[in-house]
Amino acid sequence: MEVIASAQRIGRSSRPVLPGFGLTLGYTVVYLCLLVLIPLSAVFVRSFGSGWLHFWEVVSSARVLASLRLSFGASLIAASVNSVFGLIVSWVLVRYSFPFKRFIDALVDLPFALPTAVAGISLTALYAPNGWIGARLEQFGISVAFSPLGIVVALTFIGLPFVVRTLQPVLEDLDREVEQAAASLGASPQQAFIRVILPALWPAILTGFALAFARAVGEYGSVIFIAGNMPMKSEIAPLLIVSKLEQYDYAGASAIAVVMLVLSFGVMLAINALQSFAAKRHGER
Amino acid sequence: MCALLLCAAAQAAPAVKLLNVSYDPTRELYDEYNKAFAAYWKSKTGEIVTINQSHGGSGKQARAVMDGLDADVVTLALAYDIDALASQGKLLPEDWQQRLPNNSAPFTSTIVFLVRKGNPKNIRDWGDLIRPDIKVITPSPKTSGGARWNYLAAWGWALKQPGGNEATAELFVKKLFHNVPVLDSGARGATVTFVERGLGDVLLAWENEAFLAVKELGPNKFDIVAPSISILAEPPVALVDQNVDEHHTRKVAQEYLEYLYSPAGQEIGAKHFYRPRNPEVARRYASQFQNIPLLLTIDADFGGWKKAQATHFADHGTFDRIYGQ
Repeated sequence: MEVIASAQRIGRSSRPVLPGFGLTLGYTVVYLCLLVLIPLSAVFVRSFGSGWLHFWEVVSSARVLASLRLSFGASLIAASVNSVFGLIVSWVLVRYSFPFKRFIDALVDLPFALPTAVAGISLTALYAPNGWIGARLEQFGISVAFSPLGIVVALTFIGLPFVVRTLQPVLEDLDREVEQAAASLGASPQQAFIRVILPALWPAILTGFALAFARAVGEYGSVIFIAGNMPMKSEIAPLLIVSKLEQYDYAGASAIAVVMLVLSFGVMLAINALQSFAAKRHGER
Repeated sequence: MCALLLCAAAQAAPAVKLLNVSYDPTRELYDEYNKAFAAYWKSKTGEIVTINQSHGGSGKQARAVMDGLDADVVTLALAYDIDALASQGKLLPEDWQQRLPNNSAPFTSTIVFLVRKGNPKNIRDWGDLIRPDIKVITPSPKTSGGARWNYLAAWGWALKQPGGNEATAELFVKKLFHNVPVLDSGARGATVTFVERGLGDVLLAWENEAFLAVKELGPNKFDIVAPSISILAEPPVALVDQNVDEHHTRKVAQEYLEYLYSPAGQEIGAKHFYRPRNPEVARRYASQFQNIPLLLTIDADFGGWKKAQATHFADHGTFDRIYGQ
């Protein structure tokens, strides 16, 4: 361990093998500026277009706060659900072979490819009180469509591929011998999973979680059909942005956008920190 | 040089292009109207005119034009959206609505109730909509321009009741919206919720949309109920001055809008369930439309869109107060 670490340190301090660092860094900075930084700073500038007072009035109103709680809450739940079930899906896809495996593997990508409005409409049709699944759930007093639960369902749907596609390559790289070694040293299957496999997967699970979460927070198309959009109850923050735009209140719309940006950035930062912590701990073992 | 080239191009192919930026449910109407106008223009001037259409939510379309969509004419759901083009976008003069007859609205429509076949809940008028056993489907007036007409029609009915005033009207719409289980973001979404999802007992809809729903989705599934009071929905049309001057299309664009008022244009509107302004055409199609004793107007009864928007739909307006804000 020590030897490898010091070798890496030496490797980093000496000249890189491939040239072109300056060029690629310059390219990276320009690219990120054009695509990410400039549009985002435009949002910031616009949000203060009618002053701090308006900004504060918009973002502190009860309705905006309720929608932010809903958007971030539902996204966290959806990403958590996906982390658990996405892990199972990717495990099955990597570790076992069975008929139609390729087909099922391709199914995972569908939420990527489908226009979100189509996803929203079909999920609503399924989960509406007169829908195929909705009617059955309604018998037990559970309504999915037109309630916050429906939002979670839509966000889970669109987030699934992010977790599966992040975990798959990591699982493929994971040596089966490690599990066998754990078993030969007397670990039970649970112990092997919790103490050997999970620690190796943590960074990838967190990445998948972060991607699914980020995608869910900004999702609009699929959610508005299934949400019901009742103020204070099932109104997501992106819908309020659209409402503001509908009143030509560009400043108000960007104000909500800025708050979402800052919150998302905070969550991402926290996940990144967690991830590097997990990676370090795994590395030390 | 440039002018020379343009001149040569014009001589080689007497073709001209127009872009009509419109709202959602006018797709079929303008499909047919564009063909009729192209034929008329060809016979009149020998020029071939191609008209491109763009459809979407009225407010979204207005923002697209403001952000640079090259519309020669806009034909939107409410004057408020074209007002925004004038006041914020500076694309046309503020008095645009006086440039064409009838408030620049060649056709009108109104708000009616679409109910399940046979009207099982016996919904006759606005007053029935606040009964506790009724579920009402309407899009949110915050996001849907069309839904603002629904809201104002309800408000206007309450105002005209004996002893009606601003306070009773506000209470009435509050009760009405407590019966709304889902607020779709647009008119088409609300129609889908009512028709396909089977939610609600009554859909508040534009008359032309209600006819279309009945015609396309099943005449044996829905009935149209006309309330005693409704609002005269005036979807306006306008020339986008800045763009037509840039494209040198002012003449044909102007004619495109004026032809909407001609008997031929009015007839096409009526065929698509819009109420024609031309009395002669209106008489011929009278039996097609519901008789609504009193139609309120946005200008006479609500003080115009600017005032209505500020009172009802802006932040902290009467609509926001329904949901306790």
